[in-house]
Amino acid sequence: MSVPSEPASAGLDVGIAMRRFAPLLVLAAVLAALCVLGFELKPYHREIAIVFFINVIMVTSYRLITTTGDWSFAHVVLMGAGSYGAALIAKHAGLPFGVVVPMAGITAAIVGAAFIVPLLRTAGFGFFIASFAMGELVRLIWVKVQFPFGGTRGIINIPSPEIVGLRLSPPVPYYFTCFIVMLAAVFIMWRLDRSRIGNAWKSIHSDDLLAECVGIDVARYRSLAFITGSFFAGIAGALLAYRMGAIDPRNFDLTTMIYLIIWVVVGGTATFWGPIIGLVVVTIAFEWSRPLLEWRPLMFGGVLIFFLIFLPGGLESLVPKVSNALRTPPGQQFERLRTWLTTFASRT
Amino acid sequence: MSLLEVRNVSKRFGGLLAVADLDMTVEEGEIRGIIGPNGAGKTTLFNVISGTYRPTSGDVFLDGNRLTGLRPSRIAGKGGVRTFQRSAMFSDFTVLENVSIARHLHARESLFGAIVGTARGMERANEVRALEILDFIGLGEFRDELAPNLSHGHQRALGVAMALATEPRILMLDEPVAGMNPAETERMTRIIRRLRDEWNITILLVEHDMKTVMGLCEYITVLNFGKKLAEGVPAEIVSNPDVIEAYLGSEDILGDDEFAA
Repeated sequence: MSVPSEPASAGLDVGIAMRRFAPLLVLAAVLAALCVLGFELKPYHREIAIVFFINVIMVTSYRLITTTGDWSFAHVVLMGAGSYGAALIAKHAGLPFGVVVPMAGITAAIVGAAFIVPLLRTAGFGFFIASFAMGELVRLIWVKVQFPFGGTRGIINIPSPEIVGLRLSPPVPYYFTCFIVMLAAVFIMWRLDRSRIGNAWKSIHSDDLLAECVGIDVARYRSLAFITGSFFAGIAGALLAYRMGAIDPRNFDLTTMIYLIIWVVVGGTATFWGPIIGLVVVTIAFEWSRPLLEWRPLMFGGVLIFFLIFLPGGLESLVPKVSNALRTPPGQQFERLRTWLTTFASRT
Repeated sequence: MSLLEVRNVSKRFGGLLAVADLDMTVEEGEIRGIIGPNGAGKTTLFNVISGTYRPTSGDVFLDGNRLTGLRPSRIAGKGGVRTFQRSAMFSDFTVLENVSIARHLHARESLFGAIVGTARGMERANEVRALEILDFIGLGEFRDELAPNLSHGHQRALGVAMALATEPRILMLDEPVAGMNPAETERMTRIIRRLRDEWNITILLVEHDMKTVMGLCEYITVLNFGKKLAEGVPAEIVSNPDVIEAYLGSEDILGDDEFAA
């Protein structure tokens, strides 16, 4: 892809500085806005925001696993492993929130480790189906086994979260609890994505045989990605269990998993921020479409198909196109639109 | 002791015996060629030595260490690395990043280290070494180019650079000059020779371009139907009646036009 050289101008330095600091400024503005919103939101919207923070951890950890090329269909069940782990530990061991949440992550990581051993023998579509089967197996255990999982009724009366005597369960403290946990989780995963380990994961996606031959233990790094992703799904699951006070197997069924896939496909997985963008856009669309409740499955099915066919790279793939278009003079823009339409017409 | 020792290796695919009870030793500092008609088992042998395939029977030793049954990543850690016939690379990365990723064995990073970023110094040393390798291979000026944007010859050279990044003792090249024009072939041949002379890397190569093999290798192993047909210096090989027989019906052994394709 050749980028046309920009004409030299006095505005160039400003442009470079803008490009370097603009993301930081945007990030700071978003974080500040979210802090203010924690106090200002109406109760209903605050609940949506809490679920949104939990889902940010879900999409980011899901994307982390996809960087190796493995598309799992068990991620929501692993979140459930964290929820069940948190509920049982909090209820029966009486441990505090600050201990239970990491332990829930570890529970999900252990379940994830058990999943990935047989899954390593599969790749691509086989991985997708096999992970679905294993997830359903675990979900069936939750449904069928009364002790300790409570069968179809699940687990109720999960203790409300506290940290050193401070009650976290009211909406505003819980909003900030989830906000902080989400920031920490996203920061850690962002660091991993940019590290040598993250590059090893992406190299496996690109060419696993070559990766293996230059010394990257493919089985080990695929496992590492899956277990790390499961850990963060478990953290998200713990936050959810504490918020709802009761969980049952239906919270972690196929519908939730399909929504996770829609968020990720709409946003795209090539960049770290793509899935989060997808989640924001779909969450807003979801809220707007509340009056059309019974049409929702059809709508989101349509959205999924639209993105898979017409925008397989997700919304993130539009960013370079839009910023390129903004930098081109209008005449050329018209020309570009024409070529785009011609190629589009010839494709369909 | 020989650097590489292949002992009674067989590889069977269903009813086909691709490599049949093969013995071969390669001494340190050699440039060894493996030739043979199509389907002779050259690439299979390569895949067995590098760990891509597990042999049906027999063993492979590198400097006395048994390699049989190890994964390619472990064999790379012991100093044996291979390149590919195709242009193999990590497409989303630049040339320098490709070589950096291939330095994985010399840049181990823990999960915790990756999060807090403790490995800055190590990464800087790795980048210096990666640039050194790129300059040696002649790709220094393309360091920031995306790998798929390179020409075919340069992509193949990048494959060799990535193999070198693992700091191998023995480098196994699978048709290193396939599809290259004469100038690129000449440059690659020179690089291979310098790798042995200046970097002390033992070379094992499979190649169809007879002119290159004869000019580069001091010792040649000829395979036919998975068995060793002959072994010797190039002059012996071209005059060996068995070898001529094996190549008969295809073309003259030095008729390089056909073989270069």
